Amino acid sequence: MNRPARATAVVVAFAAVVGVVVGMALYLIGYPPTVAAASTSSGEESITLQTVPAINSGDHPTWVSYMVLQGSQWVHSTALQVHANSVVHFTIYQFDTGSPLRNSFMDQVQGTVGGIEILNGTPVHLINDFSDNGIGHSFAIPSLAVSVPLPGVSADAKNPCSTPAPCPMSSDHNTVQFTIRTGAAGTYQWQCFVPCALGFPLGNGGPMSTFGYMSGYLKVVA
Amino acid sequence: MAESPARPEGSQRAELTDRQHLGRIGLIWIVLSLIGMVLVYFVWGPHLPPGTDSKQATNQQFDNRVLATIAVPVFLFIWVYIGYVLANWRVKANTPVSELVDGPPIRGHMGFQATWLAVTTLTVLTLFVFGTAELVTGDGSGTGSGQSPIWTPAGYSADAAKSKLLVVQVIGQQWRWTFRYPQFGGIETAQMVIPAGQEVQFSVTSLDVIHSFWAVGLGVKADANPGVNNIAFGEALKNGSFDIRCAELCGLWHGAMFTTGRVVSRADFNTWITAESVTDVQLIPYLPPYADIYLPQADGGYYDPGQDPLPNPPGPTPNPSPSVIP
Repeated sequence: MNRPARATAVVVAFAAVVGVVVGMALYLIGYPPTVAAASTSSGEESITLQTVPAINSGDHPTWVSYMVLQGSQWVHSTALQVHANSVVHFTIYQFDTGSPLRNSFMDQVQGTVGGIEILNGTPVHLINDFSDNGIGHSFAIPSLAVSVPLPGVSADAKNPCSTPAPCPMSSDHNTVQFTIRTGAAGTYQWQCFVPCALGFPLGNGGPMSTFGYMSGYLKVVA
Repeated sequence: MAESPARPEGSQRAELTDRQHLGRIGLIWIVLSLIGMVLVYFVWGPHLPPGTDSKQATNQQFDNRVLATIAVPVFLFIWVYIGYVLANWRVKANTPVSELVDGPPIRGHMGFQATWLAVTTLTVLTLFVFGTAELVTGDGSGTGSGQSPIWTPAGYSADAAKSKLLVVQVIGQQWRWTFRYPQFGGIETAQMVIPAGQEVQFSVTSLDVIHSFWAVGLGVKADANPGVNNIAFGEALKNGSFDIRCAELCGLWHGAMFTTGRVVSRADFNTWITAESVTDVQLIPYLPPYADIYLPQADGGYYDPGQDPLPNPPGPTPNPSPSVIP
């Protein structure tokens, strides 16, 4: 190989390495941030989430997604952080419509304090997924045996969320509240169990299979 | 047998004939193999997976012990031969290149070829017969045997209601396992509990993609395919717990698709299943009737073939009077 060819090869190789490094850096910068739970006055913790029919930003603007409230800002992330052996109150604003479940076993509220969720102010421990609005999404942490169904907003809602995410509270929604007790420190995967990936085979794939949309981590720290 | 290659002058071992070398190799190989086989079968063997927590696991461990023991002489033959060659016919560093010669080829040596073919054929056929016998006597040896298993334990019936075995339906869904007990009202639970000393008929299926149900300690493994009822049999021998994993890459959270099953006494199982039935009493009306498979419907629900989805199934209204969150 002559000198110009070698020089060209070195330059190309260097550019490739720089490209990989820059690409990785951009990927890591864009990775969903971890949002820590807010502390309540009673020394407990709270996390507020919302489900949006479409995130309307980023690489997949049409994908359904969770968002988390950090301070007064809604953040597109599903990495949550709470403390070990603590009581965590969840509030989820569900703005999406629903359908029957693939597995009606998940009609039950499981793993929460009292085995219930508060749906629009009413405590319930089971949601009929064949009721009018079906189940839109669920919040489940399988390894902690937590599973909470989130009823869908009626398809006939007069004021469905149609603005870019996050959805305003003036849009029709269901409010679901529940409490869990955390155990030992660790990282626990959580996800939605409703196959809600519109346009994907059987509703799986896409946002169902991408971190930061319909699944994430619950980081329990000491 | 081929002649030995040329050796450096002064080597005492060069005085041995090829037959003597072969005798030495054979002797070393036989002695080491005997020692190795005894060690592998009796010392290492009892620690081989999947253990002895179930009848199937015990059989599989026995199979692994036999296979590992048979592998010892094969493994040692190669290494003893290489070691002997290196020790005896290694070319010295100061050997002139002009003196380096290769040994004569063994191509066309009928004795060698016949021995090779006979030994390998006999080994493979023996293992074939052994493996088949293990499958037959072990009722499939804990593997998923499809919708119509060939080898079944006494009391088996394809109809869960008629089976004398304890039927546990294993349902895979991205990304968790749930279990139905058709002989107990079709209750569905996220826990797998089985009694010790009871043959269990695992009916494995999936609601979405291909999963694989692997009850590690029980030695039971069966693919969970949508639209297929894959049957495997297992009998736990002692109380304890066992890991349940998905053994088929099934998506983002495949690695998180695990849970822990429990083996309890028959009395404890009855207590547990009764409590679960009470817990499930409100859920049962919402579950589809027990079926071998569940096919997804256009509306997203799942039902067995031929059953119409019910838009508003009868059942208790959500929320009776639960306790209030403290």
